[in-house]
Amino acid sequence: MTAQTGNAPRRHSLWKEIKRNRVAYAYISPFFILFLIFGLFPIVSGLYISFFRWDGVGAMRWRGIDNYTRLFTDPTFIKALSNTFIIGIIAHIPILGGGLVLAHLLNGTYVKGQNLFRTIYFLPMVTSAVAITIVFSSMFGYNFGLINYFLGLLGLQRVDWLGGVGENIKTAIIIMFSWKWIGWNMVIYLAGMQGISNDIFEAATIDGARPSQVFFRITLPLLKPIILFTLIQSSIGMMSLYTEPVILTDQMGGTRNMGLTVMMYLLNKAPRGNNIYGLASAAAYVITIIVIIISLLLNRAFHERSHLEREEKRRRGRKRRYA
Amino acid sequence: MRYLPLLLVALALLGLAWLSRRSRLVSQTLLYGFLGLLALTMLLPFFWMFVLSTHLTADIYTNPPPFWFGSNLAANYRAMNEAVNVGRSFFNSLLVATAHTSLVLLFCSMGGYAFSVYDFPGKRTLFAIVLATMMIPGIAGIIPWFFLITKLGWINNFLALIIPGAANAFGIFWMRQYCQNNVPVSLMEAAKIDGCPEWRIFFRVVAPILLPAYSALGIMQFVNVWNDFMVPMLVLRDANMRTLPIMLSYMRGDPTRGTNLGAMMLASTLTVLPLLIAFLSASKYFMSGLTAGAIKE
Repeated sequence: MTAQTGNAPRRHSLWKEIKRNRVAYAYISPFFILFLIFGLFPIVSGLYISFFRWDGVGAMRWRGIDNYTRLFTDPTFIKALSNTFIIGIIAHIPILGGGLVLAHLLNGTYVKGQNLFRTIYFLPMVTSAVAITIVFSSMFGYNFGLINYFLGLLGLQRVDWLGGVGENIKTAIIIMFSWKWIGWNMVIYLAGMQGISNDIFEAATIDGARPSQVFFRITLPLLKPIILFTLIQSSIGMMSLYTEPVILTDQMGGTRNMGLTVMMYLLNKAPRGNNIYGLASAAAYVITIIVIIISLLLNRAFHERSHLEREEKRRRGRKRRYA
Repeated sequence: MRYLPLLLVALALLGLAWLSRRSRLVSQTLLYGFLGLLALTMLLPFFWMFVLSTHLTADIYTNPPPFWFGSNLAANYRAMNEAVNVGRSFFNSLLVATAHTSLVLLFCSMGGYAFSVYDFPGKRTLFAIVLATMMIPGIAGIIPWFFLITKLGWINNFLALIIPGAANAFGIFWMRQYCQNNVPVSLMEAAKIDGCPEWRIFFRVVAPILLPAYSALGIMQFVNVWNDFMVPMLVLRDANMRTLPIMLSYMRGDPTRGTNLGAMMLASTLTVLPLLIAFLSASKYFMSGLTAGAIKE
């Protein structure tokens, strides 16, 4: 109503602007409505629930930060946390480094048939995690598995991937995970490299730069924002790792919980089975906070380095001018 | 003494690196050898899955393991159908994935189009919010989310898989990128002057331009939903409602029958193969759409 009174011409025009663009608001409204209902509301009430003791049906009882202290005194949770970190950090090496190297090799004109290679490396991405985990678990078999058979051909010792005291479960998960995700990162980096002007690559090649030099001096620095993006995305992916370990081992992560991840821990508390909703919600928030901290640290690290480089460049430029 | 082989391998690698600097032949051989070997590694699990689905469990547990197709596909097929209702699960997966993908394409293209072409108050803030939601992991709300679904009566209902993610931030961001590069504003204005209503402009003029973007985003979404395990596992209860991944995990954990590896591999193949074929036939389109969607800085 106020918008229509004449003594507020600015608001009046704003209202008119909004009215004129009502179609645009209608177009973006599905996202915001769905996000409010299925995104924001659960996230906020998740924090609320995490301070209560609740079995999902009865009354909720206030417990303060009890759930959080219970989490961090639970050796199983600590184990799940360390498992997730170990798997996450080690698996990033092949996914990130390998993805970058592959994207670099398949970008320019170094390789004939690049499209064939790109397609093959991307194939694992379209497969069901459950199906492929079932296949891998048979490949990881101790007596009749394919991998041990190949190891035998090479004259190496057989590895008890899933059994024993569970010491190799994490390695098995990492192998599977890298197999699946390396192609995805490769494609994202390829998309990023497409954004880099071809002139730069051509100029470098004409100047006689070797492929490795092009990679370290040109591609890598220019891809930084995209590397940051993939790092944050894959950190989120790592912290919510669930399907592969659950199918490869069992709900508890196999022998001595060696394959238990935080996500499995969370869903074991509730709603799959135990109905300890407050504790599960607290676990969800711990995971989220870890993800946020990782994202902030990564952001910071990437920012800092590019800043340093700028400094370095400026200093070098000045020296040359005075020389 | 134990590390002698490793040492030799390292020395050999160093030697090869030195040689490849000198000779183009060596470097090319190394390059293609590496790429080819990696390609084989990527393909091996698929091949192994296909091979095992034609063998009986007893034949699989032999040394050396079978490397070529056997003759027991029919027997595995029968065993699989006794254990689970594959046709039903296949239909469920297809239904959920199709419905979800259609909604995502509609909502995301509408949103991306609005953010790229219109100039409305609050646009920058709203778009910043869209981007910010991409950085919030959805895990934080998983417990209340589950309750919400229960309260809505969506347990055992496909709506729980179709509706919540129907307009996602990444899709809107991606569609906006594409619109900005490919949809000329002048075209819009011309259509508007001709008296074409806005929704008709969108469906008749804009949507056809967006086809490549639709195909790439559509494949991504379809694949995600088809393969999703965690959410269906939480939501779907009935045997009749199982999607393919849920059916597979049931087969794997089925305590009454023991594991029939051959039948399980066949079921896995049936889960993977449709997407594999679809992707391979559209891969040229998809790859170019994905890389041309251009994350340009």
